[in-house]
Amino acid sequence: MLGWELPPHNSGGLGVACFNLSKSLAKMGAEIDFVVPYESDHDFDFMHVLSATDLDPLFQYGMGAYESDKVNAKTLGENGHYSLRDVQHEYCEFIKQYLSNNQQPDVIHAHDWLTFETAIMAKKNFGIPFVAHVHATEFDRGGENGGNPLIRQIEYEGLVWADKIVAVSQATKDMIIEKYGIPADKIDVAHNGFTTQREDNYHFDGSSYQYLEDLKKQGYTIVSTVGRFTLQKGLAHMMRAAARAISVHPKLVFLFAGDGEEKNELIRLSAELGIAKNVIFTGFIRGKQLRDIYSISDIFVMSSVSEPFGLTALEAAHHGNALVITKQSGVGEVLHSIVRYDFWDEDKLADALVNIAESPALTKILRQNVQHEYARISWDDVAQKCIQVYDEVKKHKRNIF
Amino acid sequence: MRSLVLYLHMHQPFRVKHYSIFAVGHDHDYWTDKDWYAGANNERVFKKVAEKSYAPMLKLLLRCLEHFPEFKLSLSITGVWLEQAETWAPELITLLQKMTETGRVEIVGETYYHSLAFFYNREEFASEVAEHRAKIQELFGQTPRVLRNTELAYNDDVASWAEEHGYRGVLAEGWDKILGDRSPNYAYSAYGCKELKLLLRNYRRSDDIAFRFSDKRWPEWPLTVDKYLAWLYEDAERGLLTNLMMDFETFGENIWRETGIFEFFESLVERWLGDKANRFLTVSEACNIGSVQESVSMPWTVSWADAERDLTAWLGNSMQQEAISAVYELRDEVLASNDTELITDWRRLLTSDHVYYMCTKYFQDGDVHSYFSPYDSPFDAFSYFMNSLRDIKTRLAKAKPAATDIAP
Repeated sequence: MLGWELPPHNSGGLGVACFNLSKSLAKMGAEIDFVVPYESDHDFDFMHVLSATDLDPLFQYGMGAYESDKVNAKTLGENGHYSLRDVQHEYCEFIKQYLSNNQQPDVIHAHDWLTFETAIMAKKNFGIPFVAHVHATEFDRGGENGGNPLIRQIEYEGLVWADKIVAVSQATKDMIIEKYGIPADKIDVAHNGFTTQREDNYHFDGSSYQYLEDLKKQGYTIVSTVGRFTLQKGLAHMMRAAARAISVHPKLVFLFAGDGEEKNELIRLSAELGIAKNVIFTGFIRGKQLRDIYSISDIFVMSSVSEPFGLTALEAAHHGNALVITKQSGVGEVLHSIVRYDFWDEDKLADALVNIAESPALTKILRQNVQHEYARISWDDVAQKCIQVYDEVKKHKRNIF
Repeated sequence: MRSLVLYLHMHQPFRVKHYSIFAVGHDHDYWTDKDWYAGANNERVFKKVAEKSYAPMLKLLLRCLEHFPEFKLSLSITGVWLEQAETWAPELITLLQKMTETGRVEIVGETYYHSLAFFYNREEFASEVAEHRAKIQELFGQTPRVLRNTELAYNDDVASWAEEHGYRGVLAEGWDKILGDRSPNYAYSAYGCKELKLLLRNYRRSDDIAFRFSDKRWPEWPLTVDKYLAWLYEDAERGLLTNLMMDFETFGENIWRETGIFEFFESLVERWLGDKANRFLTVSEACNIGSVQESVSMPWTVSWADAERDLTAWLGNSMQQEAISAVYELRDEVLASNDTELITDWRRLLTSDHVYYMCTKYFQDGDVHSYFSPYDSPFDAFSYFMNSLRDIKTRLAKAKPAATDIAP
């Protein structure tokens, strides 16, 4: 398994997904060597974690695995300057060494473009079948301009070389077909699972957002969204929808939780629309503060223009939110009890917000029913699917020496 | 003699268009979706079903009436269906008139708006049944003597109401949980009534056609006329009549022409009447000929829908209950406005299909396609409905400036 991060050293959903998938795979009898690009201090009983470099785990946060424009930027490490490309190179050398030492796995399962070059090398030089797992494409990360051409090229080569591709949603599969021209039958869809494990020790005590508690007592409905403020998240559309909704139902407060390049633009827009007092920006938050956002909010909106999956929606559902999600978000494919809209359809979003805010019955049914639905989404199902894919590609294994 | 009672139900709702909260207060047309391909475009849907089902089946039935002097049938036709036919397919009305002129087509009474008013407001129920009766008299010159409630939703109170209002019989589901060992093939006395008869749907024989005819996974597929006749003969041993009750759209819309459903039907009529020991009866005749003294009681409401034979697909969730209470609540004010357009718009919102589109009962087992809806989701259906109700309130407020509270 070629990955880039595992909890607690993760900056996003990729690490969480890799961890849970590996755990379920191990339960089904898979033996896993999981490779990370930093000096591992992980100690899991269900798999071996191998370190491709001796870099400090903290180091990878600065490398911008999620930010296309930082690929070549140098970051100061203990042993000198490294760029993300340098680390990828070292990662690849490590695997070359590993495979040369008679380690011959049945399958290489690589997660996103970061490790695709290494997987291609393993397939070319050692004949190991290659499964490419796509959690997000560069078109998702890069928004409307299509992201970084170098990454697109690596992604393309990986998808072409892969024996099989696993996509986290139909939306992602469609993207791979449309943007990279990959044949549909080469791609399987396995929606991410959800585990409440991270939530188990959490208790809402209302302490983070007393002001919002008071507003709720006065009959306000709290609408939240969580994520990086990039074009891809469609937040300007959401802001305009907020203004439309407030014009009909003034007792609405919008929480924009997160940070990113669009933040100033969003603040300016809220002022221009005359709703600045109904909009709260929390800045980047995680942990308890993030859980508290979910707990205090009534409605969670995922306004993404393109969202391969969208784990935050499931987290919000878990904390009792009614979900309003764009049709362009993968997570909507596995839930029924949600309101869906096209990311550009500001009136439809506003309409949904007003109707939920004004109808106790609609709120209740959305909140309660979605609970049954996200709980059904299991990592074991994803693992099962991967094992099927492994069985298919194993016959591609060849000894090229 | 073996008696077959054929009863077909004709209905199309006025679906609410994608009616946004931002239309409230200035757009009072809830029914005309400008997008021709929208699921809720009533004209498109009606014309499509007319072409696939209403026109060919009515022509076939008329042909049967002309060829076979012994052929008879009963129809229920909602007021909202008739209005749509008058506007978009008047030739269907002409066909129906030709059929009723033979004197062998009986029309069943019901609510004009296909509503569940019986369970929410008896006065409203009575006035809708009366409106329907007047429409049937105007178009077909006959007065319904047998009553059906929407979705065949029946309990003992429906029977008492029908008897009080001079009906001969009521249609209901022949549901095993009520009948036990008894056969549905009699016109039982309705519990608590002196004269009123109950005609019970033989759901096995009805659903052989309406649900299973095109189901290739059904072990009996394909259903031949020979096989079906053999079952009808067997069934006739257990009573005096076999009540085949189904949606009219079974023929050509729910079950496509390509399956041979039309040929099956025509041949069935011919073969059934080919045996001199067989006949057809209309529902009123069936009340007399099938009559037995024994009474059947349905203390709770039984419908012809779903495996549960209840109304949970209409009233099972909190949205549906909120929507239906909200619409009935306005009755007094709406009627007091004396604004006929407003009253008609409000009554069209009583049509049971609107709450049906808000059904979520099969989300639990993931079988989301079991319920047909013109909307993306039950939640959208709810929002469009509630938005149109908000607009009704603004119209009420205008009619009576100071008195009405338009708060949600």
